[in-house]
Amino acid sequence: MMKNRDNRLTLYLLIPVLLVLIAYVLYPSVRTILESFHKDGGLTFGNYQDFFTQESKTNLQALWNSVYISVLSVLVSAAIGIPLAFIFNRFDFPGRGFFATAAIMPIVLPSLVGVMAFMFLYGETGLVPNAIKDLFGLDEVPFKIGGVSGILIVHAYTMYVYFYMTVSSAINKIDPSLEESAYNLGASRFQVFWKVTFPLLTPAIVAASLLVFMISMASFSAPFLLAGGFRVLSLQIYFSKINGDMEVAATQSVILSIVSISFLLFMRWYQNRKDYRMASKGIGAHRSEVNNPLLKWTMVATGVIGVIILLLPHFTILLLSLVPDGTWTWQTYPSVFNFENYRLLLQDPNIFKPLKNSLILSFIATAGNLVFGVLASYVLVKRKFVGKSFVDILVMIPWALPATVIGMNLIFAFNEPNIFSFGNILVGTFWILPLAYFIRHIPLVVRSTNAVLEQLDDSIEEASRSLGAKWFYTFRKVILPIIMPGVLSGTLLAFVESVGEFPTSVLLYTISNRPISIEIMNQLRMFNMGQAAAYGMIQITLIAVVLLISNRFFGVKAEQSLS
Amino acid sequence: MASIKIENVQKAFGKVIAVDHLNLEIKDGEFFTFLGPSGCGKTTTLRMIAGFYYPTKGMVRFGDKDMTRVPPEKRNTGMVFQNYALFPHMTVFENVAFGLRVRKIGSKEVKTRVHDVLRKVRLEQYADRQVSQLSGGQQQRVALARALVIEPEILLLDEPLSNLDAKLRDEMRSEILRLQKEYKITTIYVTHDQAEALSMSDRIAVFNFGVCHQVGTPSEIYNEPANDFVASFIGEINLLPVKVDQLDESRITVSAIENPDMNKFVVHNTPFNFSQSAQEGELALSIRPESIRILTEKADRPNVFKGKVEDVQFFGTIILVKVRVNGLLLEVNLLNHVSANLKPGADVWVEMPEDQIRLIPMLSGDAS
Ligand SMILES: Nc1ncnc2c1ncn2[C@@H]1O[C@H](COP(=O)(O)OP(=O)(O)O)[C@@H](O)[C@H]1O
Ligand SMILES: [Mg+2]
Repeated sequence: MMKNRDNRLTLYLLIPVLLVLIAYVLYPSVRTILESFHKDGGLTFGNYQDFFTQESKTNLQALWNSVYISVLSVLVSAAIGIPLAFIFNRFDFPGRGFFATAAIMPIVLPSLVGVMAFMFLYGETGLVPNAIKDLFGLDEVPFKIGGVSGILIVHAYTMYVYFYMTVSSAINKIDPSLEESAYNLGASRFQVFWKVTFPLLTPAIVAASLLVFMISMASFSAPFLLAGGFRVLSLQIYFSKINGDMEVAATQSVILSIVSISFLLFMRWYQNRKDYRMASKGIGAHRSEVNNPLLKWTMVATGVIGVIILLLPHFTILLLSLVPDGTWTWQTYPSVFNFENYRLLLQDPNIFKPLKNSLILSFIATAGNLVFGVLASYVLVKRKFVGKSFVDILVMIPWALPATVIGMNLIFAFNEPNIFSFGNILVGTFWILPLAYFIRHIPLVVRSTNAVLEQLDDSIEEASRSLGAKWFYTFRKVILPIIMPGVLSGTLLAFVESVGEFPTSVLLYTISNRPISIEIMNQLRMFNMGQAAAYGMIQITLIAVVLLISNRFFGVKAEQSLS
Repeated sequence: MASIKIENVQKAFGKVIAVDHLNLEIKDGEFFTFLGPSGCGKTTTLRMIAGFYYPTKGMVRFGDKDMTRVPPEKRNTGMVFQNYALFPHMTVFENVAFGLRVRKIGSKEVKTRVHDVLRKVRLEQYADRQVSQLSGGQQQRVALARALVIEPEILLLDEPLSNLDAKLRDEMRSEILRLQKEYKITTIYVTHDQAEALSMSDRIAVFNFGVCHQVGTPSEIYNEPANDFVASFIGEINLLPVKVDQLDESRITVSAIENPDMNKFVVHNTPFNFSQSAQEGELALSIRPESIRILTEKADRPNVFKGKVEDVQFFGTIILVKVRVNGLLLEVNLLNHVSANLKPGADVWVEMPEDQIRLIPMLSGDAS
């Protein structure tokens, strides 16, 4: 039915894509599953039996804790994100645009840096509790975060954004005439909300809930720094690996993955089932102006306070990065401010090394992502072949798998030579980290490329062919230039995410290629807050620059591809 | 330039057969139109000529060359897409130059040829514009220029005017015709608009459900439709299922399937009035509304019936009169100046001249 020559081309494009996915996504996952059935030299369900029947119940407790934290994270994030989405998209008041933009600021904070900021702000020696203590002359700090509450607050801070963004875009897609016709038919405000608006938003809310649940289950940095004695599954995997209980780590990885992937499947099923396409195209919601002055200024004040809370972590990192280490020991507040930390960062080779490592590692990984992403996406969007949904699923696996699991998968796959590593042992070498970053960001780059390729009408490619251009010429001169902005914005995002990547780094780094996130952890251990904050500032700046470039020059809302 | 032969072509998409038993011969330099309702297989046929689909069965030739499986980039056809498919990242000049650069033509010649064709489509001063800054009609002309500049053997246009508003459409129609005559290029034009097809084409192929029903000049298609589908798709027509009562050398007598006693008609027995293809199967009597006459008093000629005016609609040049005759509703077009001030309810006589009636085959079911 299709043309032979084109079939052959599809095959040539598909083979490398499939090879990469099998070698670095499928095979490592299979290795972990196999490993989980190893016990005492035989193949058994023993590890799983141990997991559930273990006397100390540590694992079961950790699984329960993970679920518990995730459910709470969903509830709290929803409670913040949904009302905000409504207020910023349905009402007009002074400063609305600014507040709406500020609301996505938590995204500009890499997870490890964010957790660090929260420790400085609200921890035992944190600035806020101590300030309150001094202000009111209390004997002890009035509160401090840590354990469950700490994790929860950090999760709420970073994850409400997913609710905010998905619900905002759903609100803006509602055709105002739907609500207007309900009013016209005599419904009250209350009825319109519960019978028309809310049902139209449920798909978005459910999608965001599932997403936040998955991300919380996989969350590593927050528990790593804040959990104390509180055990969650993603962290248990790390501890098992550190203790050398590899089979246990494999079992825990499989169980955590099963939970995550079932949520992914559920999400896909739900989205396919409940997809209300709006009959008319996005008209943009009508915003009602708030006229009641009391209400208006309450909203503005809440907005201002909200923005302060949202930006406090960023400012804290900035502030701390200006405090030279060793000048802030017993005092409640720092007193010396200068650029010492940044000077060291650039001049002390030991301190500069991790930054350089991170940039190099991320650059290699991202270059891979760019080439692979464009190829995979082109094949998936523009070519027909049997087994497309299988390739689709392979591409999405790294998104569904918790980072810790991806790290473990790589350990099991590449701690021995095999054909996929060209006969080398990769674990313990330089190459394992770029590989990990590459795998982690396959879905992001492929999806952002898919989005632009789907926009590209097939007739553009056909026009070029009918004017006499061969496929490769068409691809280079027509398709690539058109999709490049979208591709680059996805790729840049992958780059900055790689620079900040912590969970796989902590499982796979070596001393000589340790990236920024590992060095932040080391500096924190040595109580060099300033130096750690300076590393953090660099990451924040990088992310901010990338988002700005994407918005300005590529006209792409890069933050959208994060969810 | 080339003639095109399509021989016994079939195209199936899985179980859907988009085009079947297609045989066409398009002459060198001809303006040939594929006309038919949407989904009838026009685009599919055009894309087989362009090389984007390969036929499931049959053969496509340009001149004597078998092109059936030649890839699109080696066919030297110029194609204008419905949505124009201009390259959004290139200027007007670059868009038009694309096909020349692919052919590795020197930059000097590219320049002269591009400017040449841009002059012909009256866009010279827009050469350096980004294509997104052009209006719909201008984009259309860039698409035409881009297809023409490579001096293709065949120009293929897929509903090129459907995205334009009515006024621009008229303008582009003559523009396309002018360029086609100037380049003397074999052109295939796809449309579902019968007025467009009738006014522009040398010949038309009428499609329905993947089958070509008739090929002919516009006047052949209009005056001698091959069957009731063609008759009713192109222009207005009165159709009445009939059967033959009596057939002799010079005359045929037919009666309507419904109410046969009162509705008997006499038709000339010539190839025009009783086409060869109508000799077997079900028959329909057809007569165009402008061929029916309205009389104020009874005349002693065949096919004159008493009727009552039901409705009169004024269209300017013509007046549409609906007359009820023996239970049948006939549509009659009168030229404005002969209008005898007809009112609904008036009693009139209608004449269906025996040389204007045509008996044509009736396809079961899919007449619209
Ligand atoms: N790529 C395709 N895959 C499957 N079916 C197709 C494809 N292209 C066209 N068809 C089907 O073939 C028939 C003819 O389509 P097309 O040639 O596009 O019609 P037209 O251009 O006359 O409107 C339609 O029923 C359409 O659904
Ligand atoms: Mg079509």
